[in-house]
Amino acid sequence: MSAIPDPTSEPTSPASGSVFTAKAGARAFFEAWPPMVLIALAWIALCLVVVAFAPQIAPYDFLALDLRARLIPPVGMGGDWAHPLGTDELGRDVLSRLIQSVRVSMVIAFLSTLIAATLGVSLGFLAAWFRGRVEQAILMLIDAQAAMPFMIIALAALAFLGNSLTLFTILLGFHGWERIARISRGLAIAAQEQGYAAAVRDLGASPWRIYFRHILPNIASTLIVSMSLNFPEVILLESGLSFLGLGVQPPLTSLGNMVGYGRDYIQSAPWIMLAPAAAIVITTLAISVIGDWLRDRFDPTLR
Amino acid sequence: MLRYLLSRLGRALVTLVLIVSAAFIVLRLSGDPAITILGPEAPPEAYAAFRAAWGLDQPIWMQYLKYFGAIAQGDLGNSMRDGRTALEVVGERVPMTLAITLPAFALNLLIGLPAGIFAALNRNTWADRAIMAGSVMGFTVPSFVMGLVLALIFAVKLRWLPSGGSDTISHAILPVVTMGVIGAAVIARFTRSAMLEVLGQPYVRTASAKGLVWREVIVGHVLPNAAIPTLTIIGFMVGSLVAGAVVVESIFSWPGVGRLLVTAVANRDLAVVQVIILMIGTTMVGANLAVDLAYGWVDPRLRTARLKTA
Repeated sequence: MSAIPDPTSEPTSPASGSVFTAKAGARAFFEAWPPMVLIALAWIALCLVVVAFAPQIAPYDFLALDLRARLIPPVGMGGDWAHPLGTDELGRDVLSRLIQSVRVSMVIAFLSTLIAATLGVSLGFLAAWFRGRVEQAILMLIDAQAAMPFMIIALAALAFLGNSLTLFTILLGFHGWERIARISRGLAIAAQEQGYAAAVRDLGASPWRIYFRHILPNIASTLIVSMSLNFPEVILLESGLSFLGLGVQPPLTSLGNMVGYGRDYIQSAPWIMLAPAAAIVITTLAISVIGDWLRDRFDPTLR
Repeated sequence: MLRYLLSRLGRALVTLVLIVSAAFIVLRLSGDPAITILGPEAPPEAYAAFRAAWGLDQPIWMQYLKYFGAIAQGDLGNSMRDGRTALEVVGERVPMTLAITLPAFALNLLIGLPAGIFAALNRNTWADRAIMAGSVMGFTVPSFVMGLVLALIFAVKLRWLPSGGSDTISHAILPVVTMGVIGAAVIARFTRSAMLEVLGQPYVRTASAKGLVWREVIVGHVLPNAAIPTLTIIGFMVGSLVAGAVVVESIFSWPGVGRLLVTAVANRDLAVVQVIILMIGTTMVGANLAVDLAYGWVDPRLRTARLKTA
């Protein structure tokens, strides 16, 4: 026992001494939190504030028409601060519409990712628990979904089932479940072999309890990383379908929907389309940066 | 090799049957086409006549079997909007879509592969960083934003190229570049990481330690091994090109299958949608089959391994 060094007797950290200066501290901080990640986190925080308080932040109602103030350019292109991002063809304030769109797009993407995660984890666990035929059936479903571009599946479903906001959100929830199912099946099979799962099973825990109370928390970090990769894809998918006029329908607005309608004014008023387009690119970029960073930090095996 | 081929073909067929069945199930879940097409106000006799005409009054399993029989005979129904066969309506759009997706695919490979290989061989130089920064774009800029920004620059501001239509070859440039650049970014990123993976392998060190010229190490050892994961991603690219064509054709008013799909979805012209879905499904299955066969061609281990187990 004496071979184990007493942690309290280790040489005290020199951080308080003169060797490590504040400069080194700053360097260590930026190594753990790269500037790109900090910017990305700040942007996402801003988006979350917008999602929570959109009606309070927006300077105007996003549906309010002002026909005397149509197609006013944004600040920097000849406009003034009454409409920082200009107005559209009906005199609606672009900034207010952008705020509302960020809210709608983020909420849809969040709910859809949640659906995909629930579906994926449940099916993955089912496959891990039953093995045999159930597993084969689930694996076949996973392959079938992966074989078609999801955009096409979504278009077909919209053609056959019609469109409503609820249906659209659920439909997007079918994007990416197969990846999460595959990962959670693999992780759950590996976890079953570990002592803690066998221990709670021998204590008489139900499968439900084993999987959701014991295995799920242990594999959560990997699942969260793969959800963070799913999220920007759902945003792109939602905005793509809405851009085509097949997703979020007016009077409601979303980022893709704004780009789609702004396209008609690309010659006379490109800002209507550029503002939401920039928001899409920055948001997906920010989430990817954070996702990569999380992956490197928490789960080097996914690299 | 023959058994390998047959097992791949069998799998491809099963996937096709699954796609057809899924199309049938969703078609039947979608509510009564009679009401969709005739509207809720039509007289009951009109509904009955419509259902009889389209075979909707038969039991569901009969409809399912007939559905397969009809597809096997190439009878995919008529466009509910313009009366011609759906196959004809879709078929005349196919050359237009191929005219932009094939050059875009070529552009993907011609830019993506060399850029990825170059970046990997010059790791951590400014060139590598620049290529990787550019390739982030492929994941974060959606094709409709890329297409509109290109249209804004080259059609609206500079007036070099037309912003939409399909009359001359210059109309094809912006759609091709939009799809080509995004796909190239994705391929470059995956090629680079596949190369880096292989460059770290012991056999590469052995090859250069036994005195091979670096060029021979790259050509003889690194490239063939990096080709395997890269092939997988090229297979995926076919799917994303198809999805990209839907968006890009809509942006640039290009009269191809993608734009037809969007209008058919909006009009709920189910026969046309179904033909396009089956066509895309077949293309995807074909692409995956081609990738599987290419694995066997690139990787001799796969061939012999299958032979031994066979």
